[in-house]
Amino acid sequence: MTEHAFTRSLLVAAVLTSGAAMPALADKASDTLNVAFTKELENVDSYFNSSREGVVMQRAVWDGLIYRDPETNEYIGNLATSWEWIDDTTLEFKLREGVTFHNGEPFNADDVVFTVNYVANEENGVKTQRNVNWMKSAEKIDDYTVRILLKDKFPAAIEFLSGPVSMYPNEYYAEVGPSGMGLKPVGTGPYKVTEVVPGQHFVLEKNENYYDSPKGQPTVGKIDIRTIPDVNTQMAELFSGSLDLIWQVPADQAEKLGQMGQFTVANESTMRVGYLQMDAAGRSGADNPFTNAKVREAVNYAINREELVQALLKGSSQVINTPCFPSQFGCAQDVTTYDYNPEKAKELLAEAGYPDGFSTEFYAYRDRQYAEAIASYLNAIGIETDFKMLQYSALRELNMKGEVPLSFQTWGSYSINDASAMVSQFFKHGSLDSTRDDEVLDWLNVADSSTNPDERIEYYTKALKKITGEAYWAPMFSYNTNYVFTGDVNYTPTADEVLRFVDMSWN
Amino acid sequence: MLPFILKRLGLALLVALTVSFISFSLLFLSGDPAAALAGETASGEDVEALRRLYGFDRPMLVQYGEWLFSALRGDFGESYYFKLPVAGLIAERLQVTMILGVCGILFALLTAVPLGVVAAIRPNSLIDRVALFLSVAGQAMPSFWFGLILIVVFAIQLGWLPPSGAATWRHFIMPTIVLGYYAMPAIMRLTRAGMLDVLNSDFIRTARAKGAGEGRVLFKHALRNAIIPVVSLAAVQMGFMLGGSIVVESVFALHGAGFLAWESIARNDLPTVQALILVFSMFYIVFTFLADVLNAWLDPRMRSS
Repeated sequence: MTEHAFTRSLLVAAVLTSGAAMPALADKASDTLNVAFTKELENVDSYFNSSREGVVMQRAVWDGLIYRDPETNEYIGNLATSWEWIDDTTLEFKLREGVTFHNGEPFNADDVVFTVNYVANEENGVKTQRNVNWMKSAEKIDDYTVRILLKDKFPAAIEFLSGPVSMYPNEYYAEVGPSGMGLKPVGTGPYKVTEVVPGQHFVLEKNENYYDSPKGQPTVGKIDIRTIPDVNTQMAELFSGSLDLIWQVPADQAEKLGQMGQFTVANESTMRVGYLQMDAAGRSGADNPFTNAKVREAVNYAINREELVQALLKGSSQVINTPCFPSQFGCAQDVTTYDYNPEKAKELLAEAGYPDGFSTEFYAYRDRQYAEAIASYLNAIGIETDFKMLQYSALRELNMKGEVPLSFQTWGSYSINDASAMVSQFFKHGSLDSTRDDEVLDWLNVADSSTNPDERIEYYTKALKKITGEAYWAPMFSYNTNYVFTGDVNYTPTADEVLRFVDMSWN
Repeated sequence: MLPFILKRLGLALLVALTVSFISFSLLFLSGDPAAALAGETASGEDVEALRRLYGFDRPMLVQYGEWLFSALRGDFGESYYFKLPVAGLIAERLQVTMILGVCGILFALLTAVPLGVVAAIRPNSLIDRVALFLSVAGQAMPSFWFGLILIVVFAIQLGWLPPSGAATWRHFIMPTIVLGYYAMPAIMRLTRAGMLDVLNSDFIRTARAKGAGEGRVLFKHALRNAIIPVVSLAAVQMGFMLGGSIVVESVFALHGAGFLAWESIARNDLPTVQALILVFSMFYIVFTFLADVLNAWLDPRMRSS
């Protein structure tokens, strides 16, 4: 219903040929930037949603103790001014003084203690437990000194504290809870929320009293966000001047919009990696061909990933060789790689005992066109695919039961710049692990819990070399996203798929 | 009359119950709600915790009974997705859908009935042909396509109307036309066929013979008889518009109940889907009931039966 490439082309063509005069934008004059979301955001409270839109709101409305510069990946103090490891499971922070929440509540150690203790308690039901369940509790040392206690060694703590963990006002949150916070959000961030119609409409206003944060000062006065589910309608709104910025625009449309001349089209890579998961552990049946390493190698050789990137994904997408995104800490790239070689793939299949190929079920939950292209490469070497497109939850359920021999999957790592957010998610014998390699498990356990960065890199590299050497997965490509905005808007998107309103200004 | 109405209402309630039970069973079979709830970033352990928290591990009948008991007290639970009471959520979204549905059906009736009457008076005339063309086009053109064409012409090129949203009455003009146009052809063809049928019947000839004016013949005698099936059809169409305006709501970014239902299904938001199914089936039941009453008023013969 929402993805009619043909209709979209028609829309652009109609506008191009009509020579319709674009109405002058009144929004710059009223200092209001109009933005569209595609999906309905379930709850503005960032601990109770798991969507990209939620991350965008979180970065605008709240702040974390630490900030990671999206350009340099350097960690800088935000609500904390400094931090140090007291021991392997204790982090101590000195907090910034003189910061107030949007409702006037002053920020101090009590807020940190309350927030951490609230979100770390599983009973409170934070949606993405992995973001918070490494923390045990927090304790106040004095008004502006606080300690966070970890359950276990967790070297990615700093990355999480600069990402999904943001600080909430203790008195307010204790009173209103997640649903109240979702309707009337209060944070310390560069933008305060003035209107929420759940899922539909959000209005943000510049926080005039924003402290001297590494995020910088907001310049655009008002951000008006509407949820418009249909990409065509978003484009129509852009043409008619009632939207200033849209994102996640499909590649073919972004190209055409770029040619029109009056819009800026920016393309940035995202951390999302597409890959083929194969049932190496034989959970879907011991006679399953993918238990044979030669078959898995054949799959890796069979697919022309370069072509997929150039013809379908376009933009800043790249071929990926690892079960993690290259910028992630520990995601070593000196691993076994498989270049497109269908002849070799056929040979390997023959060696594995499948000279005439075999047939298999092949599942996907998104990006049908990519999955179908992959299927055609597999068909070309003799692997017949019975393609099944399922809802995400349905495929996940099958996967957890180990009933999926081959599937096209993607993982966005929640924009966490650490290999543990992907490799350790899938190769540690969890219900989604289709490989079950004990050696990889041991190495990842060391890498995930070591506080010595060199040791972490060493063990991730070991694990990644084994995973790629055994061809457990066929990593495919990284995703990209297109941002399209009017000439009035000045913005440089970052590589982490987060819209940063604080970085936007008028030309 | 009163026992008849009570009997009908009792029957309606049973229908609603049956619908809700069947839909509950189907939803129960359709997949793991816990996995959908947990979202893409959750681990297997998160899903397990959610399954226990929401009680998905209990037998279906227990879950249904619990839902029904609360629903009878007006408590439809909390949306899994928005974490807000379902009743309030639906009430808010229904406003848009109701405005759209009422405007849509009025638009359809006000264009289709006159066109149908004119087409019947002058069969095979130019007007009849134009009406036929309009109805064929209306049946053939997908709503999303028609909606986009209107947006391109009236919002982008002419700049007369806002492309999407629900902020002012002007936002409802294009969605009303798209939704109404979809219901129009059937109403028009039925009016035309009914009128042609009635106009050739004996009592019309009698009416003309006794010297009744043409207007009186057409509206008092003919249309009143020809409109009866149209009323029933319009009632069904109205039910369809309230529950099925998903595509129109999506294209015009109107966050109505139809769109909420569509999204909630994809999100496995069971309490919301359940309540919406009940609300939509109640609409059908109520409108069919009202259509019966209206028909009984139009046709005295139906009152006795």
